[in-house]
Amino acid sequence: MGPRPHSGYGVMSTDGATANGGGPLVELQNLKVYFPIKSGVVLDRHVGDIRAVDDVSLQIKRGETVGLVGESGCGKSTVGRTIVRLYKPTAGRILFEGRDISQLGENELRPLRRRMQMVFQDPYASLNPRHSVGRIVGEPLRTHGLANRREAAGRVRDLLKIVGLPGDAAGRYPHEFSGGQRQRIGLARAIALNPDFVVADEPVSALDVSIQAQIINLLEQLQDEFDLTYLFIAHDLAVVRHISDRIAVMYLGWIVEVSSAAELYEKPLHPYTISLLSAVPIPDPIVERQRQPILLAGDLPSPANPPAACRFHTRCPFVQPTRCREEIPALRKLSSGHEVACHWAEEINEGRITPREREAVLEAPRPEPVEAPPPV
Amino acid sequence: MTETTPEGDVKFPPVVGAGADGATISPATPEAAVVADLPDGIDLVHESGLELKSRSQWAYARRRFVRHRLAMVSLVVLAIILLAGAFANLITPYSFAAQDFAHSGQAPTFKAHHFFGTDVLGRDYFSRVVYGIRTSEKVALIVTLVSTVIGTLIGAVAGYYSGWVDNILMRFTDLILTLPGLAVLLTAAAFIGTGNPIRVAFILALLFWTALARIVRGSFLSLREKEYVEAAKAAGSGDLRIMFRHMLPNAVGPIVVNATLIVGIAILTEAALSFLGFGIQPPNPSLGKLINDGQDVSSSMWWLVTFPGLTIVLIVLCINFIGDGLRDALDPTQRRTRA
Repeated sequence: MGPRPHSGYGVMSTDGATANGGGPLVELQNLKVYFPIKSGVVLDRHVGDIRAVDDVSLQIKRGETVGLVGESGCGKSTVGRTIVRLYKPTAGRILFEGRDISQLGENELRPLRRRMQMVFQDPYASLNPRHSVGRIVGEPLRTHGLANRREAAGRVRDLLKIVGLPGDAAGRYPHEFSGGQRQRIGLARAIALNPDFVVADEPVSALDVSIQAQIINLLEQLQDEFDLTYLFIAHDLAVVRHISDRIAVMYLGWIVEVSSAAELYEKPLHPYTISLLSAVPIPDPIVERQRQPILLAGDLPSPANPPAACRFHTRCPFVQPTRCREEIPALRKLSSGHEVACHWAEEINEGRITPREREAVLEAPRPEPVEAPPPV
Repeated sequence: MTETTPEGDVKFPPVVGAGADGATISPATPEAAVVADLPDGIDLVHESGLELKSRSQWAYARRRFVRHRLAMVSLVVLAIILLAGAFANLITPYSFAAQDFAHSGQAPTFKAHHFFGTDVLGRDYFSRVVYGIRTSEKVALIVTLVSTVIGTLIGAVAGYYSGWVDNILMRFTDLILTLPGLAVLLTAAAFIGTGNPIRVAFILALLFWTALARIVRGSFLSLREKEYVEAAKAAGSGDLRIMFRHMLPNAVGPIVVNATLIVGIAILTEAALSFLGFGIQPPNPSLGKLINDGQDVSSSMWWLVTFPGLTIVLIVLCINFIGDGLRDALDPTQRRTRA
């Protein structure tokens, strides 16, 4: 499947606020998000950092859907939550329409929150069990003072209709709905403020496969209707491929590969992406039997103490004796516009380096900066 | 899978069309969709094919509470006692200070309506106990309200902001907790003055909020990590709105349970203070004061300590049972609905 035609690509948003002309809607520049590890009973001593996101740069153009994939714990959700400023970045810049929002305080952020919304992963945890659906969906309107109680009620009914729920759902409570219905409620809440940009944090991974398709289609439909730009976070490669125009692959706080969706699946360049894609089973027993999947050994290393140089070298099936353990690979753009962070991308692509089976190498970690075990 | 109702009929498990709670389910069959003779505005078949009677969390909690027998009985008994106190002037045969010299030191009797007897001064003990309930009620109400508000505020702020705010507030709470309660109360009573039930209540309230503050802080610490709180934040809700409109309703269970327990403790402590002579001053009766008055002559006039004592026990017992029932009813993890 090729990139989908963008209905809203390059089109001015409804409020006409394209301050930066044709530039990206959202741009991350060397974004770092570290979570401090603290220790000590009386005084908190800073003894280290979880480097959830380490030097991530990414551009999201208006109207496109960027997929962000990676294993659990690679920092993809942290990226999403930092863009909508649920977390404060440790370093780097987040540009929204060219304006740096990485250091804004909560009051300055409030008007921006109307334009950036989020759909959460767990449709059970993300809806307040004590609030009725009407209140949940109407909450953004009420907080921003956009509607009084009665106006909000009318708008809520419209929103519920848009996401395919009956209007009388407003009076009911989240526990009365199924997972798919709850995710529709979450979507209604996200689009209530007519945002430009929506971070969808694994919006379908908690749902049945049959329901996943419904929600994905609804997301696409909403995108066409409201000129939305998505950052779609997921670990399911098939889902991401279906909905994304471009895909960024994350590993341990880094983006290791960015390319158009079609190209990534046809010609993955980074060893991590190659192994991820080779792990996807092919629904054809003959092909499936002949193929040699590359299995990754071991677990994700600790983001508190990531491997030196290339972070993937501890598990990489293509690891080379030189460079991999010495130099940090930069995310570089190849001729095709495909970006990859691997020293050997060309050689791997041309088949000059072949994957080897490898044992789970427990690389001697760098000296622990932590003296005491981190508190629970 | 059959149940036998008390009447002896056998009840079969519900067939399709009736949910476990008796909610009606309309089947999502094509036939159901074809039957389109419905009034406008009613979609019979929803996406899921289910149409369930809407029931809020509070409705479930109410159902669970009503089914808690001990709590319901306690609620009725307590209501009677509290109403008696509230309408003391209407139901007592005598004023709490009126003396009936003809019947001083009278044992409980129906003669002349001295149901609980009279004391040495000839004052009707039934009237004094009922007025004592009224005093205790007043004290308990104020203590509960004030300490719940203080405890909730301090706990909510500490739990929501955490960090150094939490540290300061919780060390302050620890400080209050380490104070020897009765000694402080007696000292405070000596300084601030005794006698006025409202004053006594405020002194008590300033000591009783600590447990609740810790409980609320605990629930806020866990609630602030919930995705719906993040969702509210992402929607642009301010801190106060998140704390009191999104988080507080989810912490209300422990708060209500704690409040009921404080009612009991407040009544007991007020009784203890009055018993020691530092609480309510004569001629105002309070349950503790009445026991104090009666203790000198308790060997000969047993009714003077027994009736106020029993009243205290009954009130506190009822409150604790209600607290139990509320705790069970408000616990959202408890989905059991007993039939």
